[in-house]
Amino acid sequence: MHMNAVYVMWLREMKRFIRSRSRIVGALGQPLLFLIAFGYGFGPVFAKAGQGNYLEFIAPGIIGMSIIFTAIFNGMQVIWDRQFGFLKETMVAPVSRLSIMFGRTLGGATVASIEGMLVLIIAVIVGFRPSSWAGIVPAILVMLLIALLFSALGIMAASRLKDMQGFQIIMNFLVIPLFFLSGALFPLNTVPSALLFVARLDPLSYGVDALRYFLIGVATFPIALDIGVLVGITALFLAVGSYFFSRMEV
Amino acid sequence: MEAIIEVKNLTKKFGDFVAVQDVSFSVEEGGIFAFLGPNGAGKSTTIKMITTLLRPTSGTIIINGHDPAINPDFVRTSFGIVFQDPSLDDDLTALENLHLHGILYGVPKDMLKRRIDEMLTLVELTDRRHDFVRDFSGGMKRRLEIARGLLHHPKIIFLDEPTLGLDPQTRNHLWSYVQKLNADEGITVFFTTHYMEEAERVAKKIAIIDHGVIIAQGSNDELKKQTSTTTLEEAFLKLTGSDIRHEAGNALELSRAHQRMWQGTNRR
Repeated sequence: MHMNAVYVMWLREMKRFIRSRSRIVGALGQPLLFLIAFGYGFGPVFAKAGQGNYLEFIAPGIIGMSIIFTAIFNGMQVIWDRQFGFLKETMVAPVSRLSIMFGRTLGGATVASIEGMLVLIIAVIVGFRPSSWAGIVPAILVMLLIALLFSALGIMAASRLKDMQGFQIIMNFLVIPLFFLSGALFPLNTVPSALLFVARLDPLSYGVDALRYFLIGVATFPIALDIGVLVGITALFLAVGSYFFSRMEV
Repeated sequence: MEAIIEVKNLTKKFGDFVAVQDVSFSVEEGGIFAFLGPNGAGKSTTIKMITTLLRPTSGTIIINGHDPAINPDFVRTSFGIVFQDPSLDDDLTALENLHLHGILYGVPKDMLKRRIDEMLTLVELTDRRHDFVRDFSGGMKRRLEIARGLLHHPKIIFLDEPTLGLDPQTRNHLWSYVQKLNADEGITVFFTTHYMEEAERVAKKIAIIDHGVIIAQGSNDELKKQTSTTTLEEAFLKLTGSDIRHEAGNALELSRAHQRMWQGTNRR
């Protein structure tokens, strides 16, 4: 592992992020809409069903949503770099492709976690109150873990795709199902067992569950299971992603 | 002189399609080598194999004493490359692009700043160093890529059609640098071009590839003598014929076009 290469690839992601203010703002619009429309729109129904405050419930889910979208989008940047040629520059550099991949993943994950934190702030502004403020710190660590997992997944997918057409497929058949089936929008403890089974296969379910545990003190799975699954899948995706990335031909 | 690039029986297949077949040549240290051929002849595929971007199907390559397949990182520090199409990060400034390159290539920090200044002066981009690359013209991007390719003091510089789309002034200027670098620093130059007069003027040795096979190699004079012609362009046309070639965008494109042709799938 070449730490300088990891650092410089991370730095590149950060520079690009800071410079694209329109993207930051754009990426916050959707979560805000979800929080208001769902949080307040479904709130009364949710309360009537005896499940409590819906805004409190979905805020961690919406944070998870913004992280998965930003992280995968960032990982898929590899396709852009391939299209615009910059990828070749990194592929002929005398550093292991593992370091390049790792630097990119860390950069994408940092960006996605920052988005997650911004969504948390927005949620607080529209009325969300965490059950304990002390839970914020571990919640941020969970955000980073979710972000790492999905950045690695994004790079993994991008390494296998040749063009932008594939991007839509990934969005429609991977990211959107991962989000909707994760229990980000509904409680998993009351759903039909078939849906629960599918949700259990979705790594985002554990991420959102861990966020709920730390932010509102409610969880479906044991927290140790959540963290264990997140760490395990992240390690797996990083390994597979770097293998695919290192085999890439441009 | 020692050969710094030694290619033996190099072959690359994409599916059933043979892009490069049994190619052998060598480039001596400090030489200027022109690799010529019509579109789709296998030039870029060969360069990609030499520069560790593609894995050969068979054959051996030795660059600066090492095999790119076995010791890619050593080989990668030995050369700089200017690709056929741009490979800069448009969202970074000229300076940032060079800095990123320097870090990736492990140029020591104290040396990096000096070297970047030197290179920017060489390509006359010093006053534009804080500008974003996306605002650069084609010629400026090319110059920046050359500066970047030379930043880490490589022993070999690969230039894949470096003058494509440049005006005569910039082209002239570019070849003057390249010749100066070759003379002053002893950098080995390996280039491709479609402008025969460039190869005639600059190259000490020339190889011509067509349909993936090397059909002639030697000095400019040798090639002309061999074909009884008076210019390299005539020699080239005599050797490769005057049919117009079709070329898919790149190797990937080529293999995909091929797959479509043979499997009848129409994915796009």
